[in-house]
Amino acid sequence: MYGGGNVFETMKATALADEDPVKLAEFEARIDRGEKIEPTDWMPQLYRKQLIRMIEQHAHSEIIGALPEGTWITRAPGFKRKLALMAKVQDEVGHGQLLYSAAETLGKSREAMLDDLVSGKSKYSNIFNYPAFTWADSCFISWLVDAGAIVNQVANSKGSYGPYCRALERICAEESFHLKYGHHCVIHLATGTKKQREMMQAAVNRWWAPMMHFFGPSDKISVHSEILMRWKVKMASNDACRQQFLDMYVPKIWELGLTIPDEKLRKNPETGEWEFTEPDWEEFKRVINGDGPCNKERLAVRKLAEERGRWVRKALLAPKAKYVTPLA
Amino acid sequence: MNTEALKDLLYKIADDQLILGHRNSEWTGFGPLLEEDIAFSSMAQDKVGQSWQLYQMLTELGESDPDTVAFMRNADQFHNCQFVELPNGEYDFSLIRHFLFDTAELIRFTMLADSSYEPLAQLAKKIKGEIKYHKMHADIWIKQLGAATEESIERLQKSLDMAFPYALGIFEPSRMESEIISEGFFSGEEKLKTEWLSKISEILDQTSLTLPDASLQTPVYGGRYGTHTEHLQPLLDEMSEVFKMDPTADW
Repeated sequence: MYGGGNVFETMKATALADEDPVKLAEFEARIDRGEKIEPTDWMPQLYRKQLIRMIEQHAHSEIIGALPEGTWITRAPGFKRKLALMAKVQDEVGHGQLLYSAAETLGKSREAMLDDLVSGKSKYSNIFNYPAFTWADSCFISWLVDAGAIVNQVANSKGSYGPYCRALERICAEESFHLKYGHHCVIHLATGTKKQREMMQAAVNRWWAPMMHFFGPSDKISVHSEILMRWKVKMASNDACRQQFLDMYVPKIWELGLTIPDEKLRKNPETGEWEFTEPDWEEFKRVINGDGPCNKERLAVRKLAEERGRWVRKALLAPKAKYVTPLA
Repeated sequence: MNTEALKDLLYKIADDQLILGHRNSEWTGFGPLLEEDIAFSSMAQDKVGQSWQLYQMLTELGESDPDTVAFMRNADQFHNCQFVELPNGEYDFSLIRHFLFDTAELIRFTMLADSSYEPLAQLAKKIKGEIKYHKMHADIWIKQLGAATEESIERLQKSLDMAFPYALGIFEPSRMESEIISEGFFSGEEKLKTEWLSKISEILDQTSLTLPDASLQTPVYGGRYGTHTEHLQPLLDEMSEVFKMDPTADW
């Protein structure tokens, strides 16, 4: 799972000044022709840097995203849900593994990326800084946060960097099962007992704002980057992804008798666009910069896991005790 | 057929799988490296899935449905050995438990594949194919960490010493042990233990770890008949937190 709202490096006008213009033109021509760029191919430094940042953020989001849902594995009601949720969260951690590998092909080690995550230098999807209070919250995440992620990732899988695209294709196939599982859970709650319905509605009320934030700030106010679009690093605008999500899922949410806490939400029949109350972007900024309800907790858990696992990783690096240096 | 003896056997195996599967799943998101996170999650799914199948077998023998049996009983009604309910602790303890327990499991299900109760024999054949990989996983890690750094050896040895009396509790004989054996359901805990000791020694001999002397240990018994540590009830409360909000609801 992952959202838009990638935090890209601020780009300087001189960023491409040192690049070989012939190679750069060739590189851009390849992208125009729809070719994939592979790890050993020539690429501008800026392309490498932005991609590392994007894939790394995506990988972090997968493993941090495993935390709010993971806490519900031990509480899932009944065997079917327990087994399905275990498999789902395991997939997410597996996506993290796959994506760290994809990012490593660009020259940054997994260890360095995890260090940057724990130190707060690297970001991850903002939505995981909100708590999953109830079972219904975990069902909302499995269905709708994953649905949002699919919108974003399907677009990115058409990008220009080969290893990332291939990872995304596999990830999207798995995510589509998560979405079915999540939808199944939500249907059962939304059409269940009074208590279950109330629980589900409360989850929708809690998660709607973070869900709207999920795709990132409106294109009107976000840092625009033509070059990232031209290089097929960023494939769809935040607004386009948000519109696609609303179009696909609002009718499905309403169909279940659930309401969405936004009185302005409606599809304009003339423009075909969804209209909604502008999300609070100040809150988005505040949370992404560390002041959300769970930022500290998420990083503390990750940090603890890193610290407690250090001796294991060290023992893997140690030369085998029985190894004897050959004489010749 | 002595159904009571069969149920006694099935309950303890099913409860072991459920509780250890649950503990394994607690590693999700906290593993020392992503690969281990994923591995423990796989084993958790296998074990919980296996318990589910065993509870289904119990349902066919007249017990309640699996969700009710798993989510509605209290600690004193559980038959798992105390070993599986102990908290995960650090990775060294979880790994040692995984090694000691799954080595026994592989032998147990291999033995059960010859059970006179045909449905159990069939299921055991399937399960032993899954547990085989759990044991391979444990062996690789024990061999690696049990002979790597001073810290890893020391940690594993300490966990092994602490875990060993609990591990011996896996083999607590049933009150109906002789019926279980004479009916041909299972060839018994004593035989399992003997083979287990030789199998774990085989792996530990390839490391710098020392197996405590089994004859000097007092096995931790009681789990098979409802005596548990203070850790089981909170685990069950957590597991059933949502389910118990409305046990008749469809979740």
